[in-house]
Amino acid sequence: MAVIHEWVQDALSDVKSGQTIMVGGFGLIGAPLTLIDGLTRKDVGGLTIVSNNLGEAGEGLGILLRQQKIRKAIGSYFTSNREVGEAFKQGEIDLQLLPQGTLAEAIRAGGAGIGGFYTKTGVGTELAKGKEERQIDGVPYLLEKALRADVAIIRAHKADTLGNLIYYKTARNFNPLMATAANLVIAEVDEIVAPGELSPEEIVTPQLFVDRLLVAKKVLTKEGVVNRA
Amino acid sequence: MHEMIAKRAAAELQGPCVVNLGIGIPTLVANYIEDDVVHFHTENGLLGVTEVGEVDPNLVNAGKLPVGEKAGAAFFNSAESFGMIRGGHVDVAILGVLQVDENGRIANWAIPGRNIIGVGGAMDLLVGAKKVIVTTTHTTKDGKSKLLKECTFPITSTRSVDMVITDLAVFDVVEERLILKELMPEVTLEEVRRRTEAHFIVGGLLDEHPVT
Repeated sequence: MAVIHEWVQDALSDVKSGQTIMVGGFGLIGAPLTLIDGLTRKDVGGLTIVSNNLGEAGEGLGILLRQQKIRKAIGSYFTSNREVGEAFKQGEIDLQLLPQGTLAEAIRAGGAGIGGFYTKTGVGTELAKGKEERQIDGVPYLLEKALRADVAIIRAHKADTLGNLIYYKTARNFNPLMATAANLVIAEVDEIVAPGELSPEEIVTPQLFVDRLLVAKKVLTKEGVVNRA
Repeated sequence: MHEMIAKRAAAELQGPCVVNLGIGIPTLVANYIEDDVVHFHTENGLLGVTEVGEVDPNLVNAGKLPVGEKAGAAFFNSAESFGMIRGGHVDVAILGVLQVDENGRIANWAIPGRNIIGVGGAMDLLVGAKKVIVTTTHTTKDGKSKLLKECTFPITSTRSVDMVITDLAVFDVVEERLILKELMPEVTLEEVRRRTEAHFIVGGLLDEHPVT
C-alpha cells in the first residue's frame, strides 16, 4: 500500500548521495517534473541516473546536470540536451549509451528478476564493444545486463490510494517499466482517487510496485513546464 | 526536394501495414498517405499516429513533435514498443541516414570526432523492421556523395537496408548490392554516376563503374 505525501521533500526523504535513480520520461514528456525539481533542491550528489535523456538544456534533469549532481547517466539519447556533450567532454559526467530498445528491455528485465538477455540490436556496431556475442540458432546476439535502481521516480496520470496507476497517452513510455525495477518507487500523478474508481481492466501498474505517491505541482503544458495552480 | 523524396517513399506503402517513420524527411511521408490501413507506429509508445488536431504536449512522436491519435489507436510502454520492433511486427521503417555504403549498410547515429551521446531507436529499427527504406539527399551540403564505397561514420547495423530513395534516384538493395531502379524527374544517368561514389548496377544487368 502506497504512502501519500503532500510535500516533495518528504517523498524524497530516503534519496541519498551516490544512489542510482531511474527517472521516467521521454525528454520532458512523462517526466516526474515535481520530483525532479525536488531533487534539484535537495543536498545530494554523485547520482547515477537511468533515463532515456537528461531532459533538455536547463529543464527537467538538465537542471540536475547543471548542478553537477549527476556522476553517471545511463540512457539512449543524450543528444537532446547539448549540455550533456559539453559535460562529457569536460569529464564531469560518465555516460553509458544503450539502444533505446535495449534500455527499455534492461529495465523490464531488472524488474522481472531476469539477470540479462540476448538481443540482436547493436551486433557488429561500436555499441557492441566489450559485450559477449553469442550465436543462437545461427543468429548473433549480444548479452545485455538487466538494470535496477535504488529509487525510481515516475510520472503517471491517476493513482488510487493503494498505488494502482494509469497513464496518459505517450507520457507512459518508460514509467511502467521503472515502477517495477527499483527498491523504492515514488509516483507523481495528476489525481489520487479512491480504490474502485479505476477499473481493474485499465490499471497498467498494479499497486504492489508503488511505495509513495505525490500530486504533481509542476506539469508540462503547451507553454512549457509550469506550476499547477 | 524533401517533399519529392517523401512522396516517392509514400508510394512504397501499400496497406495493410504498420510503418515506423524516423525524424526528418521520413516524417513528411505521412502527408502523402491516404490509405486507411497504413498504420503509423512511433517508438515512444503509440500505434495509430495521425496528423495533429488540438496540440497536446503529452501526445507526441519520437521527434517530440505533437501528433494525433486515430480511431483504433493504442498506447503502450517502451519495452512493448521495442518488442514490436525487434520482434518483427513492424512491416516498414523509413529512416534518414548520414551515409549509405555500396552494400546498403547505413550510418545514421554518430559522427566521428564528435561526442557519441545518442542512438535512440535507430539500431533496433534496423535489426527488427521487415523492410527498411532510407530517404536522404543524394549529396551533403558541400556536394559530397552520401552513397559511399564504405561508410566513414560508425554503421548502425550489419544489416543492409532494402531501398534507398534520394533526390536523384531510387535504388533497390539486392544481395547487398545497389541496383539503380529509377531516376527522379529531369535527372540523367550521367548525373547520378557523377554524384555517386558507391558502385551501383543499372537496371539489374548493366554493370556501371563509379566515378571517382
